[in-house]
Amino acid sequence: MLELIDVAKSFGPTRALAPLSLEIRPRKTTVLIGPSGCGKSTLIGLMNGLIRPDRGSVLFDSTAVTAANSALIRRRMGYVIQDGGLFPHLDAGANVTLMARHIGWPKAKIEARLEELADLTRFPRDALARYPVQLSGGQRQRVSLMRGLMLDPEILLLDEPLGALDPMIRSELQTDLKAVFEALNKTVVLVTHDIGEAGFFADVIVLMREGAIVQTGTLRDLVDSPADPFVTRFINAQRAPFDALRGGPQ
Amino acid sequence: MTRSPPLVAIALLAWLLAGSLAAGAAEPPAPEVRIGSKKFTESVVLGEIALHLTRSAKVRAVHLRELGGTRILWNALLKGEIDIYPEYTGTLRQEILSGLDIRTADALERALADRGLRASRPLGFNNTYALGMLPAMADRLGVEKISDLVRHPGLKFGFSNEFIDRGDGWPSLRRRYGLPQAEVRGLDHDLAYRGLMGGGIDVIDLYATDAEIAYYGLTVLTDDLRHFPAYDAVYLYRADLTARAPGAVAALLRLEGRIGQAAMTAMNAEVKLKGVAETKVAARFLAKTLGLDVTAPVEGFFARLWRRTVEHLTLVAISLSAAIVLSIPLGVIAARRRTLGQVILAVVGVIQTIPSLALLVFMIPLLGIGGPPAIVALFLYSLLPIVRGTYTGLHDIPLPIRTSAEALGLAPAARLRLVELPMASRAILSGIKTSAVINIGTATLGALIGAGGYGQPILTGIRLDDVNLILEGAVPAALLALIVQGMFELAERLLVPKGLRLSADS
Ligand SMILES: Nc1ncnc2c1ncn2[C@@H]1O[C@H](COP(=O)(O)OP(=O)(O)OP(=O)(O)O)[C@@H](O)[C@H]1O
Ligand SMILES: [Mg+2]
Repeated sequence: MLELIDVAKSFGPTRALAPLSLEIRPRKTTVLIGPSGCGKSTLIGLMNGLIRPDRGSVLFDSTAVTAANSALIRRRMGYVIQDGGLFPHLDAGANVTLMARHIGWPKAKIEARLEELADLTRFPRDALARYPVQLSGGQRQRVSLMRGLMLDPEILLLDEPLGALDPMIRSELQTDLKAVFEALNKTVVLVTHDIGEAGFFADVIVLMREGAIVQTGTLRDLVDSPADPFVTRFINAQRAPFDALRGGPQ
Repeated sequence: MTRSPPLVAIALLAWLLAGSLAAGAAEPPAPEVRIGSKKFTESVVLGEIALHLTRSAKVRAVHLRELGGTRILWNALLKGEIDIYPEYTGTLRQEILSGLDIRTADALERALADRGLRASRPLGFNNTYALGMLPAMADRLGVEKISDLVRHPGLKFGFSNEFIDRGDGWPSLRRRYGLPQAEVRGLDHDLAYRGLMGGGIDVIDLYATDAEIAYYGLTVLTDDLRHFPAYDAVYLYRADLTARAPGAVAALLRLEGRIGQAAMTAMNAEVKLKGVAETKVAARFLAKTLGLDVTAPVEGFFARLWRRTVEHLTLVAISLSAAIVLSIPLGVIAARRRTLGQVILAVVGVIQTIPSLALLVFMIPLLGIGGPPAIVALFLYSLLPIVRGTYTGLHDIPLPIRTSAEALGLAPAARLRLVELPMASRAILSGIKTSAVINIGTATLGALIGAGGYGQPILTGIRLDDVNLILEGAVPAALLALIVQGMFELAERLLVPKGLRLSADS
């Protein structure tokens, strides 16, 4: 499906990604996780050609992603970024359908697809005429997801789609998102900081650190047989809700 | 769902169309004879006289009044931008053709013929230069002759700008008399009298036929070393006019020897001191002297206003439309290419720092006088705000939005059209608004080089010290600026996508 072979990327003196290889398995959800700045977004950027690797190659459907073909390939990939990615000058519906209109889908097909997606993502249809500023953070992420899904892409890339949401909405959206993934049975790559979220979504977790992959496996693999002490430290760094109570009075 | 992006394009087209329509409306049937005049009353009166005369010979003529100083008129005549203008023999010999050392009338005629020009015989008065002072001061200091000035180095001189620069003016006068005065200020001749009365200056240059000399009872200093030559008034005209409009030339030459010193001084007085319109003064003179019945077509207030509005709008619409068409792409390039962008911004920025008057004058050698040079100057002035607005608008688009557009798989041109330009529309529009308002104001200077518009009454009003006339140009210009500003506020409602207006309000 999607294969990164020996890719590396530096921004000036900053090495964002050390040479690494990764294969994204079709119809599975792969979660990229790791500390801030470890190169997750850079890796996503390499996948859809927004960032060109310094070396190595990216294969999509056995075709190398190049500067020349990346625009067309991107239409076969849905992309959802953490907040801010919606076009403020277009209403929700127009945001979702921009690309379909641009490539000349018939009106009826666009309308049908839009309604289908609104139902799938549980987005209120009457809110489609609202502008991004008039939507809540959770609704905006649903619009962003609809936009990513509009052209029925073969692969969905989500870079911290739930990062800025409050815990209640976040949990609700996690449930909905997972339902969407299962309903569509697509290849999904999702970036998160949150190991709980990773465990909830992932078929495969890719744990990264400083531009390198530390371990690839299921949550159970990571917990039971960590490849490195960092894995355990990273997993344990997340505070569970009742830690504070368990500690007793100071 | 809204689809707003193409609106920007539509609005620009509409503006362009309006511009070219206005330009079309302003185009009168081409005149056969163009008469020019310099920027002082006597010249304008002589221009009007020539206008009436040629028109009475059934020639379609126009008078481009107050075009500027000698150089501008002379060059315009050489280039054929005008066909006739009043000039003085002294100016021809001592200033325009000073390199040729012309001593006789024949020599002058030949020198003119070499340049495809002819001169009428003298009209009958000698408007020589002179220096003048208030009588009280002259008496107190015992100054009667120019050479007496040598004894009073502290006197403040205020000369017309042209006089200061001319070969036969201040530089040679100073040499000839060995004048020691250091404080010499240049100012508009028509304002010099006011400076003299106000006491800011002590000595000014005079034209012998100036009405103010008698009016203020000024002491005219004797040119005891005979520095100033004779400045006999003549009409200069292009030699080809004899073939093109023989009637006009014949009519013009009827004036040879017909305007005496007293008659000219009286006409100047009527205009400058009594506020009678030049055209009327000219018509009365022709009726009296040649028995010519020219009814000076007095243009009513609203006809005047309308004509000037059309002239002004034409200047603004054409220059601004062209600026929009060029600036938006320049702004786009500036936003996309870092180094080239800096160069573009620097160049349009530098253009903006050229004083508007200077820019207008720079255009004359390239484009002559009238509308075209003014339009080009205004065009250059209108670039910066629009380029900068476009650049800033595009530059300020948040990265996630740009990334999203790219990640969707939109090609660069589509990204620009569907996302980036609509998002920058507010900044672009406000750049255009700024340009339009600056443009409307600056266009009033166009009158200085014969482009007409609201600047014309301002210019004449300054010359005649007539506040009403100045207001007749200044008020409509200010109103027009306000109206245009209001129209842009409206356009913003139409053009800036609703989602952006909402986010700005919240
Ligand atoms: N355009 C860029 N120019 C310079 N440095 C960059 C650029 N993009 C990323 N980097 C650097 O590359 C490294 C990896 O960045 P990346 O955005 O991939 O991290 P990340 O894992 O997505 O972090 P986060 O979880 O905070 O989003 C960081 O050190 C970052 O500062
Ligand atoms: Mg990131």
